[in-house]
Amino acid sequence: MNIINIEHISKVYQVGTEQVHAIADISLKINQNEYVAIMGPSGSGKSTLMNMLGCLDTPSSGKYDFNGASVSQMTDNELAKIRNKEIGFVFQTFNLLARSDAIHNVELPLIYAGVPAIERKERAEQALMDVGLKDRMHHKPNELSGGQRQRVAVARALVTKPSIILADEPTGNLDSKTGEEIMILFNEIYEKGNTIILVTHEEYIAEHAARIIRIKDGLIEADVPVTNRYIPKMHAEVN
Amino acid sequence: MSRFALLTYEFKESMFIALRAIRANKIRSALTMLGIFIGVTVVVLMTTAIKGIDNSFQQGISSLGSDVLYVQKWAWFAGDDWWKMRNRKPITMEEFERFKELVKLPVAVSPTNAFQQTLKHSSQTVDNIFIDASDQDFAKERNFTFDQGRFFTETESKSARNVIVLGSEIANDLFPYGNALGNEIKVGPVTYQVIGILSKQGSFLLGSFNPDQQAFIPLTSAFKYFMDKQHMSLTIQIRAANTAVLEDTREETEEAFRKVRKLTYNQEDDFAINQQEGMVDNYNKVVGVIQIAGLFITGLSLFVGAIGIMNIMFVSVKERTKEIGLRKALGAKRRTILAQFLLESSFICLVGGIAGLIAAVLLSYLVNQFIPTSVQYGAVIVAILVSLITGLISGFAPAYTAAKMDPVEALRFE
Repeated sequence: MNIINIEHISKVYQVGTEQVHAIADISLKINQNEYVAIMGPSGSGKSTLMNMLGCLDTPSSGKYDFNGASVSQMTDNELAKIRNKEIGFVFQTFNLLARSDAIHNVELPLIYAGVPAIERKERAEQALMDVGLKDRMHHKPNELSGGQRQRVAVARALVTKPSIILADEPTGNLDSKTGEEIMILFNEIYEKGNTIILVTHEEYIAEHAARIIRIKDGLIEADVPVTNRYIPKMHAEVN
Repeated sequence: MSRFALLTYEFKESMFIALRAIRANKIRSALTMLGIFIGVTVVVLMTTAIKGIDNSFQQGISSLGSDVLYVQKWAWFAGDDWWKMRNRKPITMEEFERFKELVKLPVAVSPTNAFQQTLKHSSQTVDNIFIDASDQDFAKERNFTFDQGRFFTETESKSARNVIVLGSEIANDLFPYGNALGNEIKVGPVTYQVIGILSKQGSFLLGSFNPDQQAFIPLTSAFKYFMDKQHMSLTIQIRAANTAVLEDTREETEEAFRKVRKLTYNQEDDFAINQQEGMVDNYNKVVGVIQIAGLFITGLSLFVGAIGIMNIMFVSVKERTKEIGLRKALGAKRRTILAQFLLESSFICLVGGIAGLIAAVLLSYLVNQFIPTSVQYGAVIVAILVSLITGLISGFAPAYTAAKMDPVEALRFE
């Protein structure tokens, strides 16, 4: 079944007197348990598409259905609800609350979902355990390594059991070894049946996915399955 | 979840988030609180002080007696007729005697005049004391109560004895060890015997007319040493039975004194009948102005505090743009963000306000040493409400800015 169904969307920005077509015309379907990489150089409209997919923004024209619900017609509050329940965000810069410990950061989306405190704590603990941070629950971001911070962010994305995980350059701020560890984590998540959309400009990161969509000048340049998908392996010593 | 449960949940969680933010910026929050703290302290203290002044005046005025009329050459509150009054005849002792025979309604009628003198006992001196000179009935005019001793008698008055009654503060000043009664003091060059000490009853607001800072001698004795009987003008104090008959007593007084002065029906009064009502009216006018001005000025300090909060909240919103973007991405609704920042600013204000209130209560003990007063309950409630409302109002614009931020823009903000 389609989770995401996009038909001929466009996004036009007004920059001064000029109209910029960040997305010219894109149609796209993404199914349950797909692992999709969206690639494209900067200025290609890749970020705009990601914002659109993440329900952070609505298209200027066209149709966007998410799990059968029409996102293009939604109000701000309805979008907030969709983001909260259906989408797990992982950002390049982690975007953790600096003054809150790991568990509170993971609890955050559950707060906005209205989950009672006790259940919230249990679920956040479980999510942190799932990403291998059992011992780091009460550490603040500045007491964690870059890889650990991104794991907290992944836990935060997973804790609401969303329909899709939307990761924007998740390894961009990490060294290659730690980046690789995060990609192992994504692979595990994928293999458990989740849907992942990965936005990146790096070919070798994109090759972890099962399908690559290439964007250029606001259009889909290519949409191909990865024949020889790279499946990352656990290294001998993982911290 | 029901809608109500959801709202309580959101309120509770927004509160926790706001508290976290306040705790995370302790110094900044404390400095912001300071503005409201000072504002509330000043406002509460101001109302307390005004209430104290008011109490003090009311108490003081009642020590002068609210049912007393004063027949005088001058009217108390009439500026325009100054020239007319200047040319009036002085009120003499003979006129008083005749007047006293004519009136029936008053409980007491007494002739008085005041003068200033220096009082002295061994090494203790008090300068420029207002001394009321009168007859034995003067004690009935005022609600005098005695700490020790008594007022002078008719005999003492008639025979112009050198006896003196002291106000409580004067007695303390002259006799720090409290052995005034029976002792001799100097009034100017003349020796007087202390026969009575009043208990404390006046108010500092009455200034020289505060009985605590006055002394009282027989008028006859004053004529002997301190006054020129021919040229001074007496004040006749007339005490009505009660305030209900004050108006009747006033009419009788006017009629009687016109008779004394032999005025025909078409002649104006060539004397004035004063009463405290005029003083109270005047006082209320003055205090009203002080109150409005005081509350305006202190309110201004609260306003400055509110602007401070708004300022800080704007900075705080700007600084946390990325956080707001993240919260929105994770599903925070507009109202959740709005609530978070509103709660933050109102909490800062409330804590500042309550701290200010506590400070004001403590400081009011200090004020109480000078003006007997206490913090008004009304002021307490108003202070808390005002600080809360200040928080909500000054927090609204920044909170609204935060709430309507575009998550995409906010997340991109560095």
